[in-house]
Amino acid sequence: MNFLTDAIAWISNPALHEGANSLTARIGEHLGYTFGAVLIGALIAIPLGILVGHTRRGAGIAVTFTGGLRALPSLGVLILIALSVGIGFQAPLATFVIMAIPPLLSGTYAGIHAVNPATVDAARAMGMTPLQVIFQVEFPLALPLVMAGVRSAILQVVATATLAAYVSGGALGVYIFSALARRDYTQMLAASLIVIALAFALEGLFALLQRLARPHGTVVLPVK
Amino acid sequence: MSIKRILTITAAAAAVGVALAGCTAADPTAAPSSSASMEKIVIGSQAFSENEIVAEIYAQALETAGYSVERKFNIGSREVYIPAIESGEVSLLPEYTGGLLQYFDTKTTLKTAADIYGALPALLEPSGLAVLDQSTASDEDSYNVTKAFSEANNVTSLSDLSALKIPLTVGGNSELETRPYGPAGLLSIYGVTVSFTSIEDYGGPLTVKALNDGAVQIADLYTSDPAISKNGFVTLSDPESLMVANNVVALINKASFPKDAKGVINSVNAKLTTAGLVQINTESAAGDSPATIAAKWLKANQVG
Repeated sequence: MNFLTDAIAWISNPALHEGANSLTARIGEHLGYTFGAVLIGALIAIPLGILVGHTRRGAGIAVTFTGGLRALPSLGVLILIALSVGIGFQAPLATFVIMAIPPLLSGTYAGIHAVNPATVDAARAMGMTPLQVIFQVEFPLALPLVMAGVRSAILQVVATATLAAYVSGGALGVYIFSALARRDYTQMLAASLIVIALAFALEGLFALLQRLARPHGTVVLPVK
Repeated sequence: MSIKRILTITAAAAAVGVALAGCTAADPTAAPSSSASMEKIVIGSQAFSENEIVAEIYAQALETAGYSVERKFNIGSREVYIPAIESGEVSLLPEYTGGLLQYFDTKTTLKTAADIYGALPALLEPSGLAVLDQSTASDEDSYNVTKAFSEANNVTSLSDLSALKIPLTVGGNSELETRPYGPAGLLSIYGVTVSFTSIEDYGGPLTVKALNDGAVQIADLYTSDPAISKNGFVTLSDPESLMVANNVVALINKASFPKDAKGVINSVNAKLTTAGLVQINTESAAGDSPATIAAKWLKANQVG
């Protein structure tokens, strides 16, 4: 009768850990979406965020754009994309990239923007080129906030990657959708517990990385 | 946060609350008001357009025949509307034979339309329910292939599949994977080994696209789905009755449904076909209202 012990028994069932559709494979797919989407998102959003933060131009557009992206319903976006590219992993990956961009963009932009202008002026006065200012002064100082953006993007995607199963994209949502169809709430809870555990583990890891990203000699004020 | 802002938010939240409360006030399963006369026939429907339109056809046919009807449509799942019809709050509701049988007998192994229809009266009797004549119109699961696949491999029936030497993948909702008519049934009854791809939109546009794209070779679609003819799909025939028949039938509460009105409903069901359901669903997808579609159907079929 106890859902929690049933769920734990479900996870430890040896049959679940064999073959191509094993739990390990599903967790691998889930992490693949998470890191893949955040990596692709970072390649797009971090340069954009540096550009906006450094030039101090287009900030209004960037803020509106990221706000708009955040408001998109992820299942709707997923189905729309899948209706043009078909079932499989592409549509979920593209959806998760779209979801990962806003926190990455706003983290980078805010980090660069928050660098003390006097520090940037000092760097220029020493004869640094704009690229040197960006990569040796602004970006290192912005790194804690950039990492906060990465951490938030990771959490966002790991929690939403369950939707991939809606369009045959695999990952841990497979267990949740099949449980929903059969009203197997033990399996649903077990799969959810695994997603929660992944989210906690990644959150812990990236909190640590964020702390390590703090440049020496600076004090980061607590984020409100 | 200023006091003014807090007040604004509170007012907005209250407005939303009131709006939501307004939605619940129209509970379709609420007990009938005492002023309702005995002669009024209360017609219910399930919460999807095809069923609502069939209910509307029943309603208009009864009105034409001089009965006074009350519509309580969109009642949701069997768990909700079966108790409503048992209690007499609703007297008539369009049902589907296979689904109805499985609700009352979860262990049933009956599959053909005739067997299922034959088993229903005895099962419904204790609840004070009965079914009228069943129609030939069916809304059931079916396995479909593309026209190109059908022609290239000379396949029109599920029994043709076992001769194929190519790997086959079936696409459908994940519950299909564990249903008796899923991959296990294809193997045990037709000797076909298939792999399974779950697409969670219940035979919706994603499933249709997956079949058109060749991501799956066989797709589980409902027989009344306009997408089948629109895409030129070939529905594989099922000579061994793997699929459970699901014909449209009128479910009535024996005490509250007037006996002399049975003929009206039976004359509707006599004319209702699967092609008719496809037509209804096509018009519904085009945005026509249930009342318009029902009136058009009654006129075309000269009922009432």
